[in-house]
Amino acid sequence: MVAGEGILERVDQEESPIALERKRVWRTFRRNRMAVAGGLFLGFLILFAILGPELLPYRFDESDFKRITEPPSAQHWLGTDSLGRDILTRLAYGARISLFVAVLANSVILFIGVPLGVLSGYYGGWIDIIVMRVVDTFWALPNIMLMIAVMTFLSSWVEYAEAGPLSFLARTYKATGGLIGLLVGFALGWWLGDCRVIRGLTLSLREKQYVFAARCIGASDARIMLRHILPNVVPLAVVSMALGIPGAMLMEAGLSFLGLGIKPPVPSWGSMISEGNTYLLSAPHILISPAVILALTTIALNFLADGLRDAMDPWMRGR
Amino acid sequence: MWAYIVRRLLIVIPSILLVYTMIFVLIQITPGGPWDRVAGRRPIPEEIKERLNETYHLNDPIHVQYLSYLWNALHGDLGFSYHQKARPVADIIRDFLPVSIQLGLAAWLVSNTLGITAGVLSALSPNSLFDRITSFLGVAGISIPPFVGITLLILFLARGLHLVPTAGWEGIFSRTALIPVLAMALMPAGWLIRYTRTMMTEVLKEDYIRTARSKGLRERTVTIRHALKNALIPVVTMSGMSLADYIVGTFFVETIYGIPGLGRYFVMSTSGRDYPVLLALFLLYAIIVCLMAFLIDIAYSFLDPRLRFT
Repeated sequence: MVAGEGILERVDQEESPIALERKRVWRTFRRNRMAVAGGLFLGFLILFAILGPELLPYRFDESDFKRITEPPSAQHWLGTDSLGRDILTRLAYGARISLFVAVLANSVILFIGVPLGVLSGYYGGWIDIIVMRVVDTFWALPNIMLMIAVMTFLSSWVEYAEAGPLSFLARTYKATGGLIGLLVGFALGWWLGDCRVIRGLTLSLREKQYVFAARCIGASDARIMLRHILPNVVPLAVVSMALGIPGAMLMEAGLSFLGLGIKPPVPSWGSMISEGNTYLLSAPHILISPAVILALTTIALNFLADGLRDAMDPWMRGR
Repeated sequence: MWAYIVRRLLIVIPSILLVYTMIFVLIQITPGGPWDRVAGRRPIPEEIKERLNETYHLNDPIHVQYLSYLWNALHGDLGFSYHQKARPVADIIRDFLPVSIQLGLAAWLVSNTLGITAGVLSALSPNSLFDRITSFLGVAGISIPPFVGITLLILFLARGLHLVPTAGWEGIFSRTALIPVLAMALMPAGWLIRYTRTMMTEVLKEDYIRTARSKGLRERTVTIRHALKNALIPVVTMSGMSLADYIVGTFFVETIYGIPGLGRYFVMSTSGRDYPVLLALFLLYAIIVCLMAFLIDIAYSFLDPRLRFT
C-alpha cells in the first residue's frame, strides 16, 4: 500500500510529458495567425479597460449639457452622447464591465458545471439521474429566455427589497449597476452545457486503464477524481470557457440592451447601443463606436477560442 | 419506433411543466402586485384593487390559481392582459404571432441557403481564398448579434444608401422586410457555415467516399450523392435546433425596427409587468422549442437508419 502510493507520487510528479504537451499546444496555437491577432486585440482591450478610465480626463457619468450629441472632436475623440458624456471614457468603462461580467460569469459556470459533471459522470446512479434530468428539462428553454425571466423578476424584487432585511443585497445590486443580478442569472441558467460535456468526457475517462490501475492500488474515489480525471477534463473546460466568454459578453450586451442587465448610469456596451439607437438618424456616432467595438471584440474572442480549441483538442490536431 | 416516440414525448411534458412552475413561482415570490405602480397613471384606490383582484381570481389560494390556470390553458384560455383592458392573451398571440413567424421563416430560408452553400463550397476547396473568406465571414456572423447587426444594416442600407426605409413594416414581401430578415439571418448563417464545413470535411475523408471515387464515379456524383447526403443530416438537425436564435432575434429586431410582432410585444410586457402575458408567452415559446426538438429527433431517426430503434 505504502509502496504503491510512492510509485503513484513519482508518476504524478514526472513533469516532462506534461511540459511537452504544453509546448505542443503553444506551438499549434502560435501557428494560427488569426488566433494570435485575436489574442493581441484582447490584450489591447484589457489595457484600454484598465488604463482608459484612469488616463482619460472625463468621468463616465460626467455630463456636459452644453455639448450634447457632438460628433468626434479634439476634446472628445469619439464625440459625446445625448447627455454630453464622453463616449471614449464610457467605452473604456464599458470594456471593464463587459470583460468582468464575461470572465466572472464563466468562472461561476465552471465552478458549478465541472464538479457536477465530474461527479455525475464518475458515480453514475441516482446522482447522474437527478443532475441529467435537471439539465434536460432546463435545456428545453433557450438560455436567454431563462435569463430574461430571472432578470425581469430580480429587478422588480430588488426595488422592494431595499426596505427589508435583505437591504444590503439590494444596495450592492444598485451600487454595481445590476452586475450581481447578472451573475445570479448566469449561475442559474448557464452551467447546463458545460455540465453535460464534462459528464460525457468523465464517462469515457472512467473506463481508462490508468483509472483502473489507480483503483487497483487502492486510490480513493476522491483521489481518482482529483488527480486522474480532473487534469484530463481541464483542456475541455478551458476551451468551453474560451467559447463561453464571447457568448456571455453578447448575452450581457443583449440583456443590457433590453434594459435588464447593467443599469444606468453605469455604462455597458449593450446599453450604449440601446441609447445610441434612439439617435440613429440624427447622431449615428453615438451608436457606431459601441457597436463596432462589441463586434470586433467578439470576433477576436471567437478567433482566439478557435485557436485554443484547435491547439488543445487532440481530435483537431494536424488538420 | 413508437416506444421511442412515446419516451421522447415523456421528456417534453415535464419540461413544459417545469417552465410553467418556474415562471409561476417567480411571479408569486416577486413582491408587489400588478396594480402597484403602473407608469404614468394615478395610484389605484384600495377598493378598486380589491375588485381587480376579485375579477382576476388573485385572491384564490395559490394551489387553486396554479391548477386553474393550467386547466384553462389546456382549453385555450390563457387569461386576460392586465394592461390592455380585458384583452384575452390568446387574442394578442393570434394578432402578433403570424408576423413573427413570417419573419422567422424568411430569415431561416436566407440563412440556410447562404450558410449551407458557402459551407459546402468551402469544404470542397479547403484553404483556398474562397474558403478563407467564408471562414472569416462565419466567425463574423456568429460574433455579431442581431441587435448590432440591424443597427449597422440600418446605418448602411437605409441611412447611407437610402435603399430601404429606416423602420416600419408593410408585410414580408415589401422592401421593409430586407433589413430585419438579413439581421436575423446573420448569426444562424455564421453557425451553419462553420458547422457545414466541418461536417463536409469529415465526410469527405470517409472510406465510402474513397470507394466511390475509385469506382470511377464523376466528382460531381461523389459530392452530391455520397458526401452531401451524409454531411447534411447533422446540419439539418443543427438548423432546426437554432430555432431559439430566431425567437431571440425577433425580440431585438422587431423592437428596433418597429415591427408589430410577438417579439416586440414580449419585450414590452417584460418591462410592464403584465404577468398573464409573460406567463403565456414563456409557455408558448417553451412549447414551440420543445416540439421542434421533438420533431427533429423523430426526423433524425428517419433520416439516419443507424439511429432507428435505439
